[in-house]
Amino acid sequence: MAQNPYLPHKVKILEIKRQTKIDYTFKLESSIKPDNGQFVEVSLPKIGECPISVSDFGDGWIEMTIRRVGKVTNVLHDLKEGDHMFIRGPYGNGFPLQKYKDKHLVIAAGGTGLAPVKSVVNYFNDRLDLVKQLNLLTGFKSPEDVLFKDELEAWSKDFNVTVTVDQGNKDWTGNVGLITGYVKVMDFPNPEEVEVIVVGPPMMMKFTVQEFLKLGVPEENITVSFERKMCCGLGKCGHCKIDDTYVCLEGPVFNYTKAKELID
Amino acid sequence: MGYQMSTVEFNNVISKLLLDYRILAPVCLEGKGTFSGTDLVTYGDIERIQDVVFDRKTVYSAKEAVFPPSETMFYFTEEEFKQPSVDQKGILVFARPCDINAFKRLDAIYLESGPYPDPYYLQLREKLKFVLMECDHGFKNCFCASMGTNETSDFSLLVRSEGDQIFCLINDTGFEDLISESLASNSIRKVDLQPGFVQRNKTRLQIPDKLDNSLFSHPLWQEYASRCTGCGRCNFSCPTCSCFTMQDLFYRDNPSCGERRRVWASCMIEGYTEMAGGQEVRKTQGERMRFKVMHKFSDFKKRFGFHMCVGCGRCDDVCPEYISLPRCVQKLQEIKNGGVR
Repeated sequence: MAQNPYLPHKVKILEIKRQTKIDYTFKLESSIKPDNGQFVEVSLPKIGECPISVSDFGDGWIEMTIRRVGKVTNVLHDLKEGDHMFIRGPYGNGFPLQKYKDKHLVIAAGGTGLAPVKSVVNYFNDRLDLVKQLNLLTGFKSPEDVLFKDELEAWSKDFNVTVTVDQGNKDWTGNVGLITGYVKVMDFPNPEEVEVIVVGPPMMMKFTVQEFLKLGVPEENITVSFERKMCCGLGKCGHCKIDDTYVCLEGPVFNYTKAKELID
Repeated sequence: MGYQMSTVEFNNVISKLLLDYRILAPVCLEGKGTFSGTDLVTYGDIERIQDVVFDRKTVYSAKEAVFPPSETMFYFTEEEFKQPSVDQKGILVFARPCDINAFKRLDAIYLESGPYPDPYYLQLREKLKFVLMECDHGFKNCFCASMGTNETSDFSLLVRSEGDQIFCLINDTGFEDLISESLASNSIRKVDLQPGFVQRNKTRLQIPDKLDNSLFSHPLWQEYASRCTGCGRCNFSCPTCSCFTMQDLFYRDNPSCGERRRVWASCMIEGYTEMAGGQEVRKTQGERMRFKVMHKFSDFKKRFGFHMCVGCGRCDDVCPEYISLPRCVQKLQEIKNGGVR
């Protein structure tokens, strides 16, 4: 048989960090070089395979932040450091980093939506002179669901970070309320110089994009990332197809001008 | 070159072919039909020409020759993956023009779409050759002429059965020897033979040239929401439906070994878009019907340049709710023309 792109390869788990009760970050030994925003198909033989976005990567490693939410991820969470999982990829496209150069970049992420943009945040945090200004708005259901607490704290020292939760508790002293509320109050003197990334659950993306549009940010300055069922990542299995677009090939990252035409 | 010979003589040809090919053709499985006392006409291996059903349409298409309903992608032990070995023989499939044209659709998805050709599909597709079966009349629900899939030149042999005589046209030089060897010693006659193609079907449709999102919210789809039961038969009988889902399993008597398979998937069945955590798009049968119709008559064409549907009418044949795909397209055309509804 010719080259078989369905064959996964084995990778070692270097580190597991528990972000929340149900979200773990796995650092894996891997030489793949993904673009920021791409995904890989993660599998555990005998259990199954699922697409997971790469939350960060570096020399010889990649990192994925995985929520325990289904057949494969339930078992993934039982793995220990030193254990192995299987991956193939990376697949899809990444965020158009060049497009954000010399712009005011606003990244709005809801819940696990922060994972696929984490590497983008790190990229620009390391190169703050590339953008005019950097803002991160991130929302979670509750204080217990906040991901990347250490990173958020470190980032907030370097640029403007807003963390909000839908519902606080007695120990929470931070922001409360939906992310859209914090978009509303933003002020852009030159909205056409603003570039926005919105990633999160479908409803969050829909309403957050609307708020940015109301502020005068042009549609073509908004980037979103989709989440769909994908069994192959290769444009064959059909599950992620919308119109004539395969999310696994032309996405998951889309410019909003394209994304708004994609009706499932 | 065309030849005429007796069934017995043609069976000798088949015997020779079987040395190098697996031969798949429409066969009749008695009593295996959906209803009691009915037969199932479907694809199966044949060893003699009398087993081939020429006068009825198969329920399932020939796609399983290269895209089996369940296909093992690899076996795994704790450390290793092993791909299943493949039969070295070629595959010869008796198929009608619509079904042969359907392979062009499968080729587009499996070989052209995405960064790599699908290796599992490719290794079987490379072995595949067609024996053209003519349709002297269209069958019930056929609309190949409307789809432009009623003719084909992509066949190695044409086989026509008339009484105890077989007419065979060789359209592939690789097969010339097969007959010419038998020529000398037998009463095989050379004849002038041209394939006949159906030019008109009872069902005819005009495909709206620009189907777009504007029709997505039309009440037309709601009718299907209540009528369609989401059984997926339309997808499984379709010669161009190519979706699959990955499935892992382990062996009960040795849980450290197992296999990964891909199995046919249906966009009409619940769960097609469901992700871990329960998030799903297209929750009603109406939306699923719309997705299927748009794929067959618009989306695919935008990507590959020709319509996906080949007009075989099998989806109409098998629907337990008597939903008609061409009727749906007809309605879309009427809406486009500003008609009622």
